[in-house]
Amino acid sequence: MSFLSYLISGISLGSIYAIIALGYTMVYGIARMLNFAHGDIIMVGGFAVFTMVSTLGMAPMVGILTAVIVCTALGVTIEFVAYRPLRGASSLAVLITAIGVSYLLQNLALLIFGSNARQFTSVVTVPGLKLAGGRLAISGETIVTVAVCLVIMVSLTAFINKTRIGQAMLAVSEDRGAATLMGINVNKTIAITFAIGSALAAIAGALLCSTYPSLTPYTGSMPGIKAFVAAVFGGIGSIPGALLGGIILGVVENLSKAYISSQLSDAIVFSMLIVILFVRPTGILGKKINEKV
Amino acid sequence: MKKLIAFGLTAAMVASLAACGSSEGGNKTTAAAGGDTTTTTAAAGGETAPAAADGQGAAGGTFKIGVIGPLTGPAAAYGIAVQNGADLAVKEINAAGGVNGIMLEANAQDDEHDAQKSVNAYNTLKDWGAQAIVGSTTSDPCIAVAAETSNDNMFQITPSGSAVECVTPDNVFRVCFADPDQGTASAVYIGENKLAAKVAVIYDSSTTYSSGIREAFVKEAGSQGLEIVADEAFTADNATDFSVQLDKAKEAGAELVFLPIYYQEASVILKQAKDKDFSPIFFGCDGMDGILTVKNFDTSLAEGLMLLTPFSTTEESSKAFTEAYVAAYGIEPNQFAADSYDAVYAIKAAMEKSGIAADAAPSDVCEAFKTAMTQISIDGLTGAGMTWNAAGEPDKAPKAVKIVNGVYEMQ
Amino acid sequence: MKAKKNKQLIQNGITYAMVIGFWAVIQLLTAGGHISSLMKGLLVPLCIYAILAVSLNLTVGILGELSLGHAGFMCVGAFTGAFLTRCMETAIPSVGLRFFLALVAGAAVAGVFGILIGIPVLRLKGDYLAIVTLAFGEIIKNLINVMFIGKDSRGFHFSIKDSLSLGLEEGGVVLVKGAQGITGTPRAATFTIGILLLLLTLVIVLNLINSRTGRAIMAIRDNRIAAESIGINITKYKLMAFSVSAALAGMAGVLYAHSLATLAATSANFGYNKSIMILVFVVLGGLGNIRGSVIAAIVLTALPELLRGLNDYRMLIYAVVLIVMMLFNSSPKAIELRAVVMDKIRHRQSESAAKEA
Repeated sequence: MSFLSYLISGISLGSIYAIIALGYTMVYGIARMLNFAHGDIIMVGGFAVFTMVSTLGMAPMVGILTAVIVCTALGVTIEFVAYRPLRGASSLAVLITAIGVSYLLQNLALLIFGSNARQFTSVVTVPGLKLAGGRLAISGETIVTVAVCLVIMVSLTAFINKTRIGQAMLAVSEDRGAATLMGINVNKTIAITFAIGSALAAIAGALLCSTYPSLTPYTGSMPGIKAFVAAVFGGIGSIPGALLGGIILGVVENLSKAYISSQLSDAIVFSMLIVILFVRPTGILGKKINEKV
Repeated sequence: MKKLIAFGLTAAMVASLAACGSSEGGNKTTAAAGGDTTTTTAAAGGETAPAAADGQGAAGGTFKIGVIGPLTGPAAAYGIAVQNGADLAVKEINAAGGVNGIMLEANAQDDEHDAQKSVNAYNTLKDWGAQAIVGSTTSDPCIAVAAETSNDNMFQITPSGSAVECVTPDNVFRVCFADPDQGTASAVYIGENKLAAKVAVIYDSSTTYSSGIREAFVKEAGSQGLEIVADEAFTADNATDFSVQLDKAKEAGAELVFLPIYYQEASVILKQAKDKDFSPIFFGCDGMDGILTVKNFDTSLAEGLMLLTPFSTTEESSKAFTEAYVAAYGIEPNQFAADSYDAVYAIKAAMEKSGIAADAAPSDVCEAFKTAMTQISIDGLTGAGMTWNAAGEPDKAPKAVKIVNGVYEMQ
Repeated sequence: MKAKKNKQLIQNGITYAMVIGFWAVIQLLTAGGHISSLMKGLLVPLCIYAILAVSLNLTVGILGELSLGHAGFMCVGAFTGAFLTRCMETAIPSVGLRFFLALVAGAAVAGVFGILIGIPVLRLKGDYLAIVTLAFGEIIKNLINVMFIGKDSRGFHFSIKDSLSLGLEEGGVVLVKGAQGITGTPRAATFTIGILLLLLTLVIVLNLINSRTGRAIMAIRDNRIAAESIGINITKYKLMAFSVSAALAGMAGVLYAHSLATLAATSANFGYNKSIMILVFVVLGGLGNIRGSVIAAIVLTALPELLRGLNDYRMLIYAVVLIVMMLFNSSPKAIELRAVVMDKIRHRQSESAAKEA
């Protein structure tokens, strides 16, 4: 019974990683950049929900909606101000700029909201489940997180495969030059990618803080890194890969905490990543890169 | 083109060297005897104007106290509390006429909870002319700074550096308890009051504070007839999800969960335990104090939480302090603020005892204080009749409190 | 060819001269008492970060592989060195000799780790390599945080639980205390030693770059397949660059461990954030530009300390400066703009020169 309990909390954690990883993977697949500030957008989402719901007393849905709008606007603005001018520059330059943006967001939040932790009031109102005579408790947050994760997965896949914008995204990720020649507005496509990634970050922020109810300006950085690992793990650029990577990461992390050592869980997760990449250098579902001579 | 950039960078380097050479301005809080005037001088690596206090100070001159703690970064809540506590004490003392007519001046520097940065902060304060140091707030940085102050013979009193090694040099004193003492005291308290027989421990293995307390607790538990049924760690990188640790404690049938951790993580543990319908007695140490200050905290979660702490806001002796603190900073004070408030009052008492002059050199201050500290006794927020031994450890009794109806109740 | 070589010699000479000049200026300032305590305290860290930046530049700039785990090697070196210094306290009373041995051992162990980690890592490419190096850095930090080593008359004891389970006799000492790390390392690092080590690093790296080996490494960076086809042993050269870089980082770690009384493997010290910080020095100094790395490391280490006067806004401004610098340095538009401005200036200069003539 305890095994199931560990497994379920692992899946719940993994679903949050998966939602964050989706943002990473999309941005990477299309803009070819590691957006290190992604984790901090999650934090901004968390603060937006907190301000609307706990400070201003709005309904949770209004809070989430506000967070999505704020984060989308923020993501697009960051892309426009900090990343777009660097298009064509080395990917390292963009990486460092993203790190700068990450510091900026953290320190802005520190100035505005202060350093003291806040307890986050859960936005989930779904009641939890009690199975096996109350010995196995599944919280409402877990149910909602997993459901939201699946819904996002399915709709995102449909969006990319069925809509014109989605097709444009695919084209840009395949070959930016050719896409431009075909009349696709690359800048616009990348901006839309950032908008979607940031909106997902807002939702991830609300769910993350609902499940692990502590909110500080640094809330997003560690889940951000873990989700990044999950994205690489599943094969960066691949949407099902992000889901798979996220869930595996969450489950392995929780089970190793339970059965091996709670202090070494990070080391175990990272070792697993190394082993997987050693066997499959582009992640589980990553595309094999054929080298051109 | 490259040359231009290289030249620019070199110019910046030369400029920074020059700026390093000049004195640094920090956030000076100077309070004159009449009203509380706060002057914040911001000098971006340039010459700092002479201290504003010079003109307004009483005939006695000013005594400069340097405060060190994390003002940014994940541990900022603790450092800012220390800064506020010290500032409040300085204002109060100055408003009451200073120490024998000598005004106090405090300057807080950020160390980001990093040993190296803490030494930088200390050096900045030395340039500013600090005559005594209140800090560092956290243990590892405190050990690093203690080695430096010992070298310079600068008096240092740490409000909350609780690792054993913090006070190894003879010029360093502390206000809080040492980690092992807290662990032992907790085990003794639980054993003597027969709170539980089966005990689980959840601790942060990545902090000196938490692992230090836990080790002493585990050592003492056996002789108190306590059975440790689960002994689970987490690390700073994993401080948001405690479901596995709680599940294990629950499975093992723990009646009491000992949490030698800081309140920010504890608030999450309490929430997740409630979600799991797991309701043992939760027992914490001084780091737990402040849990009621977590914004938006559902105080019903902390109902029945017990902690051994030297400070509580509801005590008669801390009423005035709590009111003044809330009025000034808009948040309830925690144990860090109280410790640093007491540290400043300890410096005041040592100044009175030794009759030190305002312009005494740091080294003379240190020599005088080393003796004075063992002779003084202060009625602080964190203990009545506090005294210090030559090793730098305070002598005070921890108080057990229980949270009932959202407020502390003395046990 | 010869002219190129001469130019290189001059360039390297400038770099050495700059470092020695820096040392001389500081010595003069110190002798005259014109140096603040903050600056004095910063001197050793400046050397440490300069060494780290130069050594990382070897991996990122010369070998062309993005590494986000440089702090991990620094961590290995720091702990090896500090451990050695602490446990030979009785055997070798001279602090200087112990420090020297620690430097050698720290660099050697970090270099071995570089080879061990390099073998699987260097098979990967680009961002995958980056994430794996990040993972290695985190694993090292995580493992050191659970390590307890004690010493008593029966020898060494090791545990990954706590110092109680070491089962030490009376009088035994715990040398490595998990999260608390190693305390009581003698603070033997001085500015002169730091500068000497920085010069050593520069000699090693610059000579490597200008050697046959260095040219092979750069050939791999510029075109791996072409390099392979002319018979360059890719794995050998990659590993060589990677492990030299790791060993130098380990040396910087030993220096770090001997500059503070406490050494703990916290996220701030040896986490990925530290690796990224070093990477920032390298990128801002210019990829492959060794002198740039030294200057950028010095400026960017000193900058947050100099901004102390700004209190709460300090780190905010640091972040803005970082973004603006990146945009100014790397944005294609900014580069174009700068080229135009430079052209105009040159044009004017030649015009005025022509007029004068």
